[in-house]
Amino acid sequence: MIGLQHYLTLAAMLFVLSIAGIIVNRRNLILILMCIELMLLAVNFNFIAFSRYLGDDTGQVFVFFILTVAAAESAIGLAILVVLFRNRRSINVQELNTMKG
Amino acid sequence: MYNYYLTIVLAPLAAAIVAGLSGKQLRRAGAHWITILAVGLSFALSVFVLKHQVIDGGAVDNFYVYTWAVTDGLRMEVGFLVDRLTALMMVVVTFVSLMVHIYTIGYMRDDPGYERFFSYISLFTFSMLMLVMSNNFLQLFFGWEAVGLVSYLLIGFWYKRETAIVANLKAFLVNRVGDFGFILGIAAIVFMTNSLDYATVFASAESIAAQDIEVISGSPWNAMTVICILLFIGAMGKSAQAPLHVWLPDSMEGPTPISALIHAATMVTAGIFMVARMSPLYELSETALAVVIIIGAITAFFMGLVGIVQNDIKRVIAYSTLSQLGYMTVALGASAYSAAIFHLMTHAFFKALLFLAAGSVIIAMHHEQDIRKMGGIRKYMPITYWTALVGTLALIGFPGSSGFFSKDLLIEAVRDSHWHGQGAVYWIAYLSVLLGVFVTALYSFRLFFLVFHGEERMDDEIKSHLRETPWVITVPLVMLAVPSAIIGWYTVQPVLFGNYFGDAIAVAGNHDVLAKIGAGWHGSLSLVQHAVQTPVFWLAAGGALTAWFLYVKRPDIPATIKDKLSGLYNLLDRKYYFDDLYIKGFAAGGRAIGRTLSEKGDQFLIDGILVNGTANAVSRLAGVMRQLQTGYLYTYAFAMIIGLTMLLGWLIWLR
Repeated sequence: MIGLQHYLTLAAMLFVLSIAGIIVNRRNLILILMCIELMLLAVNFNFIAFSRYLGDDTGQVFVFFILTVAAAESAIGLAILVVLFRNRRSINVQELNTMKG
Repeated sequence: MYNYYLTIVLAPLAAAIVAGLSGKQLRRAGAHWITILAVGLSFALSVFVLKHQVIDGGAVDNFYVYTWAVTDGLRMEVGFLVDRLTALMMVVVTFVSLMVHIYTIGYMRDDPGYERFFSYISLFTFSMLMLVMSNNFLQLFFGWEAVGLVSYLLIGFWYKRETAIVANLKAFLVNRVGDFGFILGIAAIVFMTNSLDYATVFASAESIAAQDIEVISGSPWNAMTVICILLFIGAMGKSAQAPLHVWLPDSMEGPTPISALIHAATMVTAGIFMVARMSPLYELSETALAVVIIIGAITAFFMGLVGIVQNDIKRVIAYSTLSQLGYMTVALGASAYSAAIFHLMTHAFFKALLFLAAGSVIIAMHHEQDIRKMGGIRKYMPITYWTALVGTLALIGFPGSSGFFSKDLLIEAVRDSHWHGQGAVYWIAYLSVLLGVFVTALYSFRLFFLVFHGEERMDDEIKSHLRETPWVITVPLVMLAVPSAIIGWYTVQPVLFGNYFGDAIAVAGNHDVLAKIGAGWHGSLSLVQHAVQTPVFWLAAGGALTAWFLYVKRPDIPATIKDKLSGLYNLLDRKYYFDDLYIKGFAAGGRAIGRTLSEKGDQFLIDGILVNGTANAVSRLAGVMRQLQTGYLYTYAFAMIIGLTMLLGWLIWLR
């Protein structure tokens, strides 16, 4: 019987994986964006799991909000990325240090 | 008497120190005068002590001079035991030493190490006297090692010659083997009696012989046998008995005077003296006596054979020394200790004489030692010739000479010994000493004829300088020739049959072969008159005639024999391959073990794995750990998150 615990664990694993992805792959901006998406999805999992567990639909509504925001955020992020690539011919995060004090 | 003994021992030591340390201030004459005076004083006092012991019937002196250490009841002391055995040895040692000192003035005249040489031989005299006058095992061991040290120094006296350095290293190493046995023997004595004192040990000899030791767990051996054989291993090293004889022929690399003094007359007889001194112990172990007699017999016969094929004048005499030491050892094994000591004494005179005569020839030949390049020296060097003839006749046992009495009676003692009727041991010993007589005569006269007779084979340059050596060389020759010729005649009766040694030498009743022979003793004259009836005489005469025939009459024959019997010749020429065995077997084997241990054990295991390996492991581990310590905040944050997650996972899933 798959219970709340399993969903929460899966969500936690996804969340940790995405954090690890951000920290370990510190080169590619696209990967970082994808990891942020994954993080949001992990949070969504929690919302849905608790919503189901508590019998409260508010959580599911929240998921839709988050998906929407995430889509918008991805669109903006990728747009910035395209502009950035056009200017710098690179999406390597470590070279983006022009604002370093 | 106390002060006399101390003077006898310490005078040569003082002279050695003065001559050795004063450097060039003393000058050459100073160095030889001070050492000769000191040794002369020792000799004079030794003669006095001998007179006191023998003629005045003085009591045996046994006293301690100095206590070095006392530990757990074991007293380590310096002391003297002076009885007739000691007194005899003292006179022989100091007399030969004095002669060699005088001789050295001539022999080493042009040597830059003149003072050093005199210092060494005086030091040797001191060491040898400490050895023979000791009354305890510790001092015996001190003297034993001290004579070994001086021997080492003197073999390598010409330290710029590579062969000399190899020879003294060899002597040192081979003697270590013997000394190892010797010190184990002393340790066994201390273990059994908790005493180093001769008298105490001899008093408890019976109780030692009644006990067993388990050297190898589970196989008990008689304690006395173990002690005696271990001590005899020491004697084998020092007295160059097979198979520890290999160092003596090589020791001829040293100057000739020390070959005479150390490697013929005195030091190499220390083993014989020691066994005679320990006779109360040896008498209680038949097994040890059997070992002694067999080793002696093998040495006496087979080393004599090697002497026949040697071409170096000193090496021939060296092999002769080995063979004669073998004779003495056989006498020890036959319980005829007095005969061994008697032969030791006569041998000291005639062998020192032969060596010094050889040295005289070597000097005249400008340090040429190969007898194939000599010949016909007789007419150039008459004194050397006649003294060498006396020495050679004494060596082969010409009737009336000193060697005749000692060797003839020695062989008779072996023939009548308690080994008679005991099978192989008896026949090996008896046949060896008997056939050894023929071999002795053969090599002695081969040497004699090749050097002094026949065709003159040296080159003209040397021949033009060939003349008799100066008086400092010839006087010692004559002085040694006199006792070599006559001393046997006068001393044989008291030494062998007159209970000369008293309590110094103990012989068990059923072993007392000399008493048996003594019953039929009718004086020296009678023995000489009956010499022609003994096989010994005919064997010696046969050997001498064979040598004459082969090397004077028909000098072409030896080469033919050599070709016909090349196998035997090679065997003898290579000295039974003992050197090859030791060098290729023990030395190379030892080096191989050392190399393996060095490469596999030291460099690989200890250095590679334990020492450098530990350091490398730490370094490698640190290299891995360093990756964690980046100094970036996000790495630590990540580690915290991972840690937190794992902790949570553990809390949820595993608790």
